[in-house]
Amino acid sequence: MIRLVLRGREPRWLAPLLVGCAVVITYVLTAPLIRWAGANPMAAYRRYVITPLTTPVSIGEVLLTSTPLLFTGLAVAIAFRAGFYNIGAEGQFLVGAVAATWVGTTFDGVPAAAAIPFALVAGALAGALWILIPALLRVGFRIDEVVTTLLLNPVALLLVQGLLNGPWRNPVSQFPESAHIGPGFNFPTVIPGTRVHLGFAIAIVLAALAWLVLARTATGLRMRAVGLSSTGARFNGVGVERTMLSSALVSGAIAGMGGVSQVCGLQRQLTGEISAGFGYTGIVVATLGALTPVGVVLVAMLLGDIVVGADSASLVLQVPPQMGQVVTATLLLVTVGILVLRRYRPVVNRRRRTAETRAEVIPLEEVRQ
Amino acid sequence: MTSQEPLAVGVPLVELRAIRKSFGDLVANNGVDLTLRPGEVHALLGENGAGKTTLMRILYGLTRPDRGQILIDGVPTTITSPKDAIRCGIGMVTQHFSLVKPMTVTENVMLSGARLGPLSLSVARAKVFAAADRLGVTIDADARVGRLSVGEQQRVEILKALYHDCRVLILDEPTAVLVPQDVEALFATVRRITTQGLGVLFISHKLREVALVSDRVSVLRRGRIIDTIDAAGVEPRYLAELMVGRPTVGVRRADTVRPDGTDLAVAKVDDVPDPGTATAGAAPVLDVEDLTVAGRGRNAVDGVTLQVHPGEIVGIAGVSGNGQRQLVDVLCGIEKPTGGRIRVGGRDVTGAGPHEVIAAGLGRIHEDRHGALLTDLSVEQNLVFEHLNEFRRGPFLNRHRIRAYAEDVIARFDIKAQPGDTVGSLSGGNVQKVLLARVLVREPKVVVVAQPTRGLDVGAAEYVHQQLLDRRAMGAGVLLVSEDLEELLALCDRLVVLFEGRVTGELATADAAPERLGLLMTGAAA
Amino acid sequence: MIDIADLLTAMFVSATVLVYASAGEVVTERAGVLNLGIEGTMYVGAFVGFTVADHTGSPWVGLGVAVAAGLVAAALMCLLTVTLGVNQHVSGIGTTLLLIAVCDYSNRLLYGGGQLVQVKTFPVLFKDTPVASQYLLTYIGFLVLVPFLAWLLTRTGFGLRIRAVGENPEAADVAGISVARTRYAALLIGGALMAVAGAFLTLAMVGTFTLNITAGRGWVAIALVIFGRWRIWGAVAGALLFAGVDALQLQLAITETFAHVPREIMIAMPYLVVIAALAASGRNVAYPGAYLKPYRRI
Repeated sequence: MIRLVLRGREPRWLAPLLVGCAVVITYVLTAPLIRWAGANPMAAYRRYVITPLTTPVSIGEVLLTSTPLLFTGLAVAIAFRAGFYNIGAEGQFLVGAVAATWVGTTFDGVPAAAAIPFALVAGALAGALWILIPALLRVGFRIDEVVTTLLLNPVALLLVQGLLNGPWRNPVSQFPESAHIGPGFNFPTVIPGTRVHLGFAIAIVLAALAWLVLARTATGLRMRAVGLSSTGARFNGVGVERTMLSSALVSGAIAGMGGVSQVCGLQRQLTGEISAGFGYTGIVVATLGALTPVGVVLVAMLLGDIVVGADSASLVLQVPPQMGQVVTATLLLVTVGILVLRRYRPVVNRRRRTAETRAEVIPLEEVRQ
Repeated sequence: MTSQEPLAVGVPLVELRAIRKSFGDLVANNGVDLTLRPGEVHALLGENGAGKTTLMRILYGLTRPDRGQILIDGVPTTITSPKDAIRCGIGMVTQHFSLVKPMTVTENVMLSGARLGPLSLSVARAKVFAAADRLGVTIDADARVGRLSVGEQQRVEILKALYHDCRVLILDEPTAVLVPQDVEALFATVRRITTQGLGVLFISHKLREVALVSDRVSVLRRGRIIDTIDAAGVEPRYLAELMVGRPTVGVRRADTVRPDGTDLAVAKVDDVPDPGTATAGAAPVLDVEDLTVAGRGRNAVDGVTLQVHPGEIVGIAGVSGNGQRQLVDVLCGIEKPTGGRIRVGGRDVTGAGPHEVIAAGLGRIHEDRHGALLTDLSVEQNLVFEHLNEFRRGPFLNRHRIRAYAEDVIARFDIKAQPGDTVGSLSGGNVQKVLLARVLVREPKVVVVAQPTRGLDVGAAEYVHQQLLDRRAMGAGVLLVSEDLEELLALCDRLVVLFEGRVTGELATADAAPERLGLLMTGAAA
Repeated sequence: MIDIADLLTAMFVSATVLVYASAGEVVTERAGVLNLGIEGTMYVGAFVGFTVADHTGSPWVGLGVAVAAGLVAAALMCLLTVTLGVNQHVSGIGTTLLLIAVCDYSNRLLYGGGQLVQVKTFPVLFKDTPVASQYLLTYIGFLVLVPFLAWLLTRTGFGLRIRAVGENPEAADVAGISVARTRYAALLIGGALMAVAGAFLTLAMVGTFTLNITAGRGWVAIALVIFGRWRIWGAVAGALLFAGVDALQLQLAITETFAHVPREIMIAMPYLVVIAALAASGRNVAYPGAYLKPYRRI
């Protein structure tokens, strides 16, 4: 039997070593599934991780794919950091997309200079509104936000489907897809030769702002305090409820802007597939990124890499593209599991019939009082 | 061969040999030997942090020793869990009760060792009553434990042990939460069960109790047994010296005796300056008028009126749970009163939050160090947290100024830490220093301080006391809330006694004999 | 006109899924663990039950293997939350994501992700009687499982342990109860029941497996546990409420007044009702004392 015992001090080489182990373990655990599809795991992993980085175009695709994850990852990280478990980023993303589509199709003549900010604001408001009820219920009635944010995800999807099957259905093709947004709303490309659009840049700017606020301002310090210890924060005069509420609203707004980015930057219309589970993957991004803006950016790009790789691998190696999500989720679970070993070390419990009888003289060590 | 002899007289019920246990860098038990004889009350005496609780947790299977042996009835035994301990006949009443509040007394008592299958509640109830008889107490077997008084809850704890036919009972600081009358009842119970042949291991840091109830005393200091002696006729002073390691002088927190042999009851210490001059006539820095705080059922704080003048230390005495915590919480601005007024330096801060209270000149040293500080943030962040706006440069925080300020405070208050260290990584004494420094460096008019030396070693406690005395000397007022009567008697000029949220008495420390205080603390007429 | 008999019939069928799932979650949460892997576990139960039933031709064998899969899923949560003490929100959502991804992946490999294969479903008992024509699993669920679990929690030593571990694990530990083992048991029981709930979807209600077949019902079950104040009967009441509203909206959708209302709003109604019910149930609900807190004995 192995037990976990609190460590004295954490060696500096431990965390990187554990992350490395996590990667290896993830590979080992997912390899059988890849083999089941008839492919070589090593080849598959090379396709997932390395291949997308080999050409400028595919690097562009990686950045493009990571864009929605940057938004949702950042949104979730900000909320989690304040102690608000926002599991509803998926729904907030979707309503942001709905808002963008609505303004984009209703005001389709507006020029870009006004249209883009308009769309972003609309999406941010929509996302914030979508999280408002769970946030108020948590702050006012102490009702667990996990349940309320979760339940609103299927509702948001139903909203999208309802609009696409109803008033927004394309009159020409009769497909459940909306009309295209006006040209002023289309996000321009920011890296020529790729599909990387303004949304990516906006996400990076938001991440930088988040870092700045959290690390260098009084407000950020107070937010961090609330997430770390609400008792301590309250004692020190921080309005815990207010901070949690504002963090939640910011989180919802950012997730909503992610939806705007996906519509205006990539799809240019609303469809039922506007979100490939970005809200849930955002939780993975935030957690693996240790809830820091820098971590979120890095992990989002890593996951974007894997998704692009998995898509191409599915064509070349016949490994279904869901493998990308399998790898991502496995990596998350293995990593959070193994990082427990940072603070605790395993001790083997040998069941002894007779205990030791030595009575050594042990020099008195400094006793911490 | 001769016929089976009863267990040879002299074979101890329990023997611990060379027990060693460390937690990371901290060595809690450093080669400890201990024996417990049948029918004996054996006290384990030592200050907070000496290793007493760890040792008993090892005996009860809550922790495994790194090295050493446990013998039950002379037989080496491996105890890996409380289940093993219970099977060996060991029962334990922890300092903080191990009771499941929503469940009934019967459910709690039968929890240990209950079979997985259907419960026979009637049988269990009968056993509970039988065990209560053995103890000589009455108990309502169907009451929800959460509704019982502290003394009754402790009885349930002891019942649990007897229910499982224990032969060894470990009591960990059992009187910490009891009123003097309940303490008497407990000692009577202890004596009653030892006459039935049980052995009792009694952990305490209170000399008087140990002298009263035990047969033998083992003194623990810094993880080692210093000596084991018969309690009969021992001089308290000798025990105190063993506990602390040097002749006890000056301001002390634990039970100690002055070298001139003066009675513990007279607790005025020589080197504390006479406060008579400071207080008379000056307007109070803290004025609490008819303060009420609602609680569960009755008011937690019920019409409390008191004043603290500049240059005096006023103590709040009382057994914990009589409204002290709520009083402090309201004064600190983290809870709202339901009635009454609070004035700090003449300014009305009734119902105000932390910022206004601090701005009015009140310093807050709360008993919950980990709740008052942000343990995951750094020392410097904690030091400036209450006044972040003073360290801003535009929208950002001025990191250089914060660092310089922190270094200055660290030096002035002799905190053994770097500004960037996480508060959670500091030792208990240094955490308390940070808490103190943060408040005292701003030179508040009045300081509200609760349980400041809980869990600290003697050196750290001395430091804290000296800081408070310095504050008083500089003209501030101090409101000291403490469960430690000796601390209050040593430091305070006046004492206010709280019982069930009301002030039952107010007296100068010189007139405060423990018997009188005990009566006030239990609500008997002053 | 609303057909009450039809409504009740549909209500019980639909509620069966939620009853099994939320009963399983009640047991788990009473022990102090939040299992957000419930959605994924139900999904696994649905998929594995379907696949095995397809290959063997027997829904019962499918159910059996589905339960085994649910136990495996629960074992994963055991390792993460009890043994390692990982944050329960993260481990739960991660488990759900993983299980759904693995199922969808396998679905693609086994069925090419497109065709809907029908499987032999469970028989319906009392087929021609109104309201009483339900699946055996429904009868078992309401008449056997629920009373049994309620009795288990309140009147057995096993239930006593679960409650103690969920309220005050230190006290349970001192009493000699293995907190870890009790939580393992609670999680495994929960996982098995969640898998049954999922299998009921494919092997009874729908007859085949489609992507997103669970449609967030796992999350609804979590809400029902809170709504039911962590009591088995309370969760059942909540399940009936949700299923009742769900069945009602199906009927209303074809009436004249509601025919114009988009289907999606009707489908969303039950979810919104649950949120409203949670909000109305008042502030400061008493969570189990040790909810979400991992327990480590040093």
